[in-house]
Amino acid sequence: MGELLTARGLHAAYGATQVLHGIDFDVAAGSVTALLGANGAGKTTTLRALCGMVRTRGTLRFDGERIDGCATEDIVRRGIAHVPDGRGTFLDLTAEENLRLGGYTRGGRRALGPDIERMYGHFPRLKERRAQQAGTLSGGEQQMLAIARALMLRPRLLLLDEPSFGLAPKVVADIFQILATINREEDVAILLVEQNASLALEFADHAFLLETGRIAIQGEARALRSDAAVRRSYLGY
Amino acid sequence: MDTFLAQFLSGLATGGVYASLALALVMIHQATRLVNFAQGELAMFSTYIAWSLVNAGIPYWGAFALTLAISFACGIAIERVILRPVERGPVLSMVVIFIGLLVILNSVAGWIYSYTVRPFPSPFPSEPLFGQHYISSHDLGAIAVTLAVLVLVYAFFRFTPLGLAMRAAAQNPESARLVGIRVGWMRALGWGLATAIGASAGMMVAPIVFLDPNMMSGVLLYAFAAALLGGIDNPFGAVFGGFFVGVLENLLGAYLIGQELKLTVALVVIIAVLVVKPSGLFGRTLVRRV
Repeated sequence: MGELLTARGLHAAYGATQVLHGIDFDVAAGSVTALLGANGAGKTTTLRALCGMVRTRGTLRFDGERIDGCATEDIVRRGIAHVPDGRGTFLDLTAEENLRLGGYTRGGRRALGPDIERMYGHFPRLKERRAQQAGTLSGGEQQMLAIARALMLRPRLLLLDEPSFGLAPKVVADIFQILATINREEDVAILLVEQNASLALEFADHAFLLETGRIAIQGEARALRSDAAVRRSYLGY
Repeated sequence: MDTFLAQFLSGLATGGVYASLALALVMIHQATRLVNFAQGELAMFSTYIAWSLVNAGIPYWGAFALTLAISFACGIAIERVILRPVERGPVLSMVVIFIGLLVILNSVAGWIYSYTVRPFPSPFPSEPLFGQHYISSHDLGAIAVTLAVLVLVYAFFRFTPLGLAMRAAAQNPESARLVGIRVGWMRALGWGLATAIGASAGMMVAPIVFLDPNMMSGVLLYAFAAALLGGIDNPFGAVFGGFFVGVLENLLGAYLIGQELKLTVALVVIIAVLVVKPSGLFGRTLVRRV
């Protein structure tokens, strides 16, 4: 499998506060990569850096082309969909309007119809809620809506920032099952940030571990799962 | 009874103009979450442009359409050139810029066109329609133009992807960028549309109040009252508010407080709304799960 995304010497800073200190990583096309680490290690910042939402240094290539320094909306238009920290839902709009916005770059009403139906196929709950103001959906429904909105872009890479956050285990299991289906059937690569390391390592092909803005370990998810240090620090057994 | 009806109807006609300008305020608010204090002066300036075009011999409706197009372009230019550099600044800098624009537009109009009060043509016939004497053709026409603008604005926001994108960009700029919306251009587009809507309001009110650089100062205050009363995020509310304030102002002026105190009606409405129901009659109080 070819590399879809490559980051080399990626630095990121908020004002004077340096958060990422030169990290290198790849995401292969169609793969699932997990990004693990403690609070404040720079996981969310890494995702934001990929989308031009924070000042960065270093090179980023998506599908062979440089994307560092590009505006967020131009990076998105190349096929990187980002479900941000806090989900980024348009709370005042209806669920269906949120989905339409997800496909905004792909043209008019008619072109989006089949895709919206496909999302309702993945997430039947959203169909029931389609005309409801998104702010009134439950946490799980909002997470589903956020993922569906991102998929409306027909991305080649999906960035997910803690999709399990604050959700009941049953809902988390459902969402990850759907993500696995989407990864398999629609050939969307996933870069997943997760607090829940055992869940992430279960789901991912590759993983890397951030510690205060540097990559501590990276490798196959299976190997990391049996690594003693990872088990002690992040898996707790 | 006859005078009452006449007062009521002429209130509706001026109310239509308040409604149009209130719609322009709602439009910029939708795009930027700000209230543009210079909206009235922009409308006044557009009306002068229309006046120049008509004087240059262009037929009325041609000049009308051309003025809308020029105003649209100017609105976009103002946003891109003047407001964009400070878009990350505090709200207060925006407010100061709006007030600065207000003063500058007013003086520039006075400088170019002088402060002489001039007549402005109406596109509608001078004799009343349908042989009745309660409402002039111009008043009826102005109401029709307001309603047409309302329908267009509503359809734009409700049914077009671009309108949806504008609402999204105003609500949550970061998420809007993440779905590929060019947020800066959405703001500029909002300014362009609002300036064009304001231009139509100016051209409709000018035959009634006559053309001079200060023609919109009172109108803007009523438009504020209208937009607040209807709910600043609701185009229908703004138009209802416009008609309501227009009628209220006219009836109170005729029967209760006299012509001199009419402008205070707007201020009383503004204060009453802010105290009693800050979201306005039809503004959405958002339900949010925390």
